[in-house]
Amino acid sequence: MKKTVKFEDDLKRLEEIVAALEKGEGELEKALALFAEGAELVKKISSVLDRAEQQVNILSRGEGGELTEEPFEI
Amino acid sequence: MHDNVFTVTQVNNYIKNILDDDPYLGNVVVRGEMSNFKAYPSGHWYFSLKDENCSIRCVMFKGDAMRVRYRPENGMSFIAAGRVTVYPRDGQYQLYCTMLEPDGLGALYAAFEQLKTKLAAQGLFDPARKKPLPRFPEKIALITSPAGAAVRDMIRIAGRRFPYSKIVIVPVRVQGAEAPGEIATAIALANALELADVIITGRGGGSLEDLWAFNDEQVAMAIADSRIPVISAVGHEPDVTISDFVADARASTPSNAAEIALPDAMELRDRVMSLRRSMEISVESLIKSKRNRLERAAGGILSRGPGGYVAERRVALDMLSQRLIAAVSGEVSARRMKTAALAASLDAMSPLKVLSRGYAVAIGERGVMTDADQASPGDKIELTLHRGSLKCEVYEVNK
Repeated sequence: MKKTVKFEDDLKRLEEIVAALEKGEGELEKALALFAEGAELVKKISSVLDRAEQQVNILSRGEGGELTEEPFEI
Repeated sequence: MHDNVFTVTQVNNYIKNILDDDPYLGNVVVRGEMSNFKAYPSGHWYFSLKDENCSIRCVMFKGDAMRVRYRPENGMSFIAAGRVTVYPRDGQYQLYCTMLEPDGLGALYAAFEQLKTKLAAQGLFDPARKKPLPRFPEKIALITSPAGAAVRDMIRIAGRRFPYSKIVIVPVRVQGAEAPGEIATAIALANALELADVIITGRGGGSLEDLWAFNDEQVAMAIADSRIPVISAVGHEPDVTISDFVADARASTPSNAAEIALPDAMELRDRVMSLRRSMEISVESLIKSKRNRLERAAGGILSRGPGGYVAERRVALDMLSQRLIAAVSGEVSARRMKTAALAASLDAMSPLKVLSRGYAVAIGERGVMTDADQASPGDKIELTLHRGSLKCEVYEVNK
């Protein structure tokens, strides 16, 4: 669940950065720092989106009755 | 010879009166197979119900026919209720139906309506109860049969939209007597194990009986109690189940559930790219405006001659360029090119440009010189040019 929030936060932060930069005020230095942060987020989000491999498991009960996730063959 | 001769009307009316007075015929419930079904443009229905040996003519008037949820088809078994009386004009008795239900499903319909009313009264369908779905689920639990087409559809659509989300199937039976208990237990288990960020429960299409597990109170309560948001995805578009009402979101089909649960990575990618573009445009325009200010400032200085201002600015500019490079280097390599271009454009517009037009900066022992008084014959000073510098010796001072 934590990672979910993280991805969402990243996108939100990127949106904030764009909004801040669009205001167009402030120091160049500060803007460049924001830009650098934004570029890092773009990279991070893109790497998540580019991940093509889907993971599908099935919950099953082992011999001892414990629940485990096993790969599901489609 | 015949003392008592009656008219046809008298006979028919007499019979009608006998039937109308009968304690049973006023409210009869009949089971039979539908035949000769005809729906008239007037909205009235005419048909016969029959068994192996016999048949009875039936009529259902528009007002009653409109309330029947099921479009009758010949050959299907129905239960009809109404009164039997005579239509005097034809001398035919008929069943005037006020209620018509598919045989076998009638009880299910009644149970459905009852449970719906009960749960609605408990506030389980209240929109305020509905939990928001996560925008980007890390993991989805599919509580369904691992064998059906439904699970494959969901996996396929999920993989196409947002493969980043992991899927875990919690296998259950989705029809039969065991199904409701298994589904309810699986929902509770998914919550206990914090198995996923969102649950999809459902199955593919089928008859009303096939879908019945999702009209079960146990399943409804498990969905209502789930802390993890639940999407109900039962059957096809027109199928409505109790689960649909209780769930946080209702999908028309299992595939549709995957679409509701997951964002489209393609759209997201477009969004991110457009955000990046906006960022670039903003930074470029900011640099442009700073550059213009520098140019204006430099223009003012020029009339007074280049002096300390230029050197001072040069240092500031060097630092800025370095920061610019530092800030953006280590990013995507394309960005590196951009940075270099930005730094170059900054440089081109800077007061340094002044030097390239042939001006020089004189630097003496106490720094940049702006006045001839600052030097005496014999002093060694340095002249910084556009490219390189010259070490010079002063041989004459003109004031």
